[in-house]
Amino acid sequence: MPEYTFKLNGDKVTVDVQDSERLLWVLRDVLGVRGPKYGCGINVCKACTSHINGKAFNPCATPISALDEDDEITTIEGLADTAPGDGLHPMQEAWLDADVAQCGYCQPGQIMAAVATVNKAHAEGRSVTDADIDEIRNICRCGTYVRIREAIKAGAGKMG
Amino acid sequence: MSTHPETSSGLSVSGLAEHEVGRRRFVGYLLAAATVTGAAQLGIGLGTPAAAVVPGVPQPADLYDLNDLLTDAARPTANLIQVVVDKDGTASFELPRAEVGQGITTSIAMLIAEELDLPLSKVNVTLSKARPELIWNQMTGGSNTIHAMYTPVRVAAAIARGALLDAAAIALAQPHDTLSVYEGAITAPGGASISYGELATSAAALVTKVVDVDLKPKSDFAVIGTPRRRKDALDAVTGAKQFAMDIDVPDALPAMVCRAPEHNGTVKSVRNQKDVEAMPGVTHVVTIPTGVAVRAGTFGQCINAVRALDVEWNPGSVSGRSDADVLEELRGIERPMLVPDVDELLGTVTDAVGGLTGGLGAADVKTLDTDFVFYTRSGSPLETNCAVADVRADKATIWAGSKTPIVAVESIALDLGLPPTAVTFNVVESGGSFGRKLFWDAAKEAALISQKCQAPVRLMWHRADEPRQGRNHPMATSRVRTVWAGDNILAVEQQHTCTATDYRHGFGEILTSSAISLPAGVSNLGVSETIFVTSQQVPYDFGVTTQGLMETTSRAINSGAVRNVYSPDVRTALELTIDKVAKKMRLSPVEFRLKYAKEDRLRRVIKQVAAAGSWGRSIPAGTAQGIAVHQEYKGYSACLVEIDCRPETVNRKVYNGVTGPRVTKVTFAIDCGEVINPKGVEAQMQGGIMDGIALALTASTHLEDGRYLEASWDNYFYTRQWNTPPDVRVFVMDPVTDIPGGAGEAGVAASFAAVACAYARATGTTPTSFPINHHDPIGFEVKSFVPPVPASPTDGLSHTY
Repeated sequence: MPEYTFKLNGDKVTVDVQDSERLLWVLRDVLGVRGPKYGCGINVCKACTSHINGKAFNPCATPISALDEDDEITTIEGLADTAPGDGLHPMQEAWLDADVAQCGYCQPGQIMAAVATVNKAHAEGRSVTDADIDEIRNICRCGTYVRIREAIKAGAGKMG
Repeated sequence: MSTHPETSSGLSVSGLAEHEVGRRRFVGYLLAAATVTGAAQLGIGLGTPAAAVVPGVPQPADLYDLNDLLTDAARPTANLIQVVVDKDGTASFELPRAEVGQGITTSIAMLIAEELDLPLSKVNVTLSKARPELIWNQMTGGSNTIHAMYTPVRVAAAIARGALLDAAAIALAQPHDTLSVYEGAITAPGGASISYGELATSAAALVTKVVDVDLKPKSDFAVIGTPRRRKDALDAVTGAKQFAMDIDVPDALPAMVCRAPEHNGTVKSVRNQKDVEAMPGVTHVVTIPTGVAVRAGTFGQCINAVRALDVEWNPGSVSGRSDADVLEELRGIERPMLVPDVDELLGTVTDAVGGLTGGLGAADVKTLDTDFVFYTRSGSPLETNCAVADVRADKATIWAGSKTPIVAVESIALDLGLPPTAVTFNVVESGGSFGRKLFWDAAKEAALISQKCQAPVRLMWHRADEPRQGRNHPMATSRVRTVWAGDNILAVEQQHTCTATDYRHGFGEILTSSAISLPAGVSNLGVSETIFVTSQQVPYDFGVTTQGLMETTSRAINSGAVRNVYSPDVRTALELTIDKVAKKMRLSPVEFRLKYAKEDRLRRVIKQVAAAGSWGRSIPAGTAQGIAVHQEYKGYSACLVEIDCRPETVNRKVYNGVTGPRVTKVTFAIDCGEVINPKGVEAQMQGGIMDGIALALTASTHLEDGRYLEASWDNYFYTRQWNTPPDVRVFVMDPVTDIPGGAGEAGVAASFAAVACAYARATGTTPTSFPINHHDPIGFEVKSFVPPVPASPTDGLSHTY
């Protein structure tokens, strides 16, 4: 099987897998990185949302062969390290402040989606809006959406 | 927008009994153990609830509800729960219940922190393995955990605290009553101090002792009733929280099952077993009763193998049938209404209703019949059915979420041909349940696959398996007949009819066992009827009030007790009917409900949402308010919503999503008795609101020719951000009783009903089936049935943002 190399949460990793293997299973089953969750496998529930080069994407719909050697993948486990300081990412702090999680299963994906949504708005020189949040597709079957909205707005205020 | 729980005591509540909450003395045990261990029997502290004197004819659930029944079932089990204080100064407790997101590990830790005077951070609550000796006392359901655990957990913790104080009195050479306790340390008047950790060993009992203990009076509560964050929140936001599929069990390779196109279809033959066995990563292909299982190096390889399998299938359990056939079957078993029409009523029922109609002629008496259909819904959480199993020749170990691990052990042992004592069931925190974890479908499959493969497996259902082969919230009809004269409601009858709800998880055993002690009139009912009559109440004074249930006897459609079971549909049918009657009586929905509410606790929550939600405020045409109430789990709730049904809102487009009417504002009030964690209650209500919105507007499955069309979240439309109300306020009412009720399911019924009522008022048309979009053309491309799971896309990098 072919070897693929990419950067995962700051470290270079090399895996020996089929070229069609979706990244979600490379992360979860091969590398044991289990923050990104399975909820559908077809890029609709968004539970596996992670970042590639700082942008949100879904590993369940991304074959390993689509990655370049210098692509930087960030999962929930590596999010805190992308923010200044030793603590959590401001969005994770906002999540704690709002006590967002219930069962917690979707929350890694929700937080990664939230960070990307805020980054996108900020890159456009504006604050995140309710309309931006309406576009987040991540499912929460516990129905924590109200607190997610609150946390995104609070977290956005603390993000550069 | 405020999303913080708002406690409210501003409303005067007349007629509520004053509850003097003094010290209450209980008996427990100080166990012989290495470190101090307080223990108590489950079932203590829950005396027969006061049978409130209610005007009108009481229904069974007024006197004895599902919570009482579950608690009474647990009472005789002479087994103990234990709070252990360790040498590191922490307290630990193995909770014989399932944490599925409802927050009970946090609430139970709060009870222990309270009685032990220990910081919440030093209390560790984990989930207990299956403990067969607990018999019926390890079932999570009916929103019963806090109700059943409230006193026993506190007693165990208080006994541990007492032993620590005794040991401290010796260690500090000071009289017991001069010592003070703060955050896990005991201090003598001179300032000398000793920590729980230091005392944990010396305070331990050499022989088990019976101890009686006072619980903290409510006036001293510093933890109970204060808003606290979930204890597992940090793990949840860092990705560290472990669910069943995240646990490392050596050699437990991924496994998936190739399932039939038809609901409950079975395997006739596998045509290409050898080819699939030779696929990359595949280690085993084995047939089990529910399909053909593959075990492979990754789930990606499992999906490929499932898609490659060429299987000849037997028909399923509803072969050739569609929604309309199921509905016809329901219509065929509907009970005739017991309350006769108006003329007959005047002739025959006048005596029974106590002369309420005295002096009124036939022309003054009016009858309204309503009839609603509730289509089948999937109860699946986001975490699909899953379990890890390691089955050896002489023993089996399972890791899975489960609300019924004892029954699961017994059942799986039978399947495997092992004695129950050879099966260990480790209960793992679940990614949601909503009733789904009452069954052990995945644990059973994982065990069978592991046994056949002679290797450990990590079994996970594909999402497509869930709506198609998983358990549903049954399709139902609900008919209501209301008879009134002037402003007197003379009779209300509701007949609810649905496809069978599967209670074979052991609920049945509880009920059978408990039936002999049920009050007259409740016994001798079937399981479903017992659940129905002990959970359903008409919370209004409506003269002769009847509610009945009829279920199909066939279990052809996989079902289960989905969150809040019958109540969402039953309440919605009744609350919609009430609005129609209120209109005919020229009363507003709020006026009507306040006038007929049976209890002041219900009136209090209605007034709360009406005031806080600005009932009656002027809003544009095409938008409307709606209100509904519910009473269950020893609590009372009211929900006031505003809905926008204007075309520009209804017709807005979201790719691969359902828009439709949008609920724009929700004001919800709950009085669930003594509140442990208002933050947790608020979260449960918010979640219940999201469920209610989905049930009313968007979420159902379609049976067509023996197959369910829905296969994923782009087909099955649970509430999404674009359906979420921008303004949600939850009021957790100050308790007027010291009895804690249930919260996990309490938010669904009133929310569903309120959204339905608001929709009816906004559009001027009362829907007769739910969700309102069920009869719309199927708005998605139906995914393939063979192969039964879709391929994962490859264009993920085209959708970055």
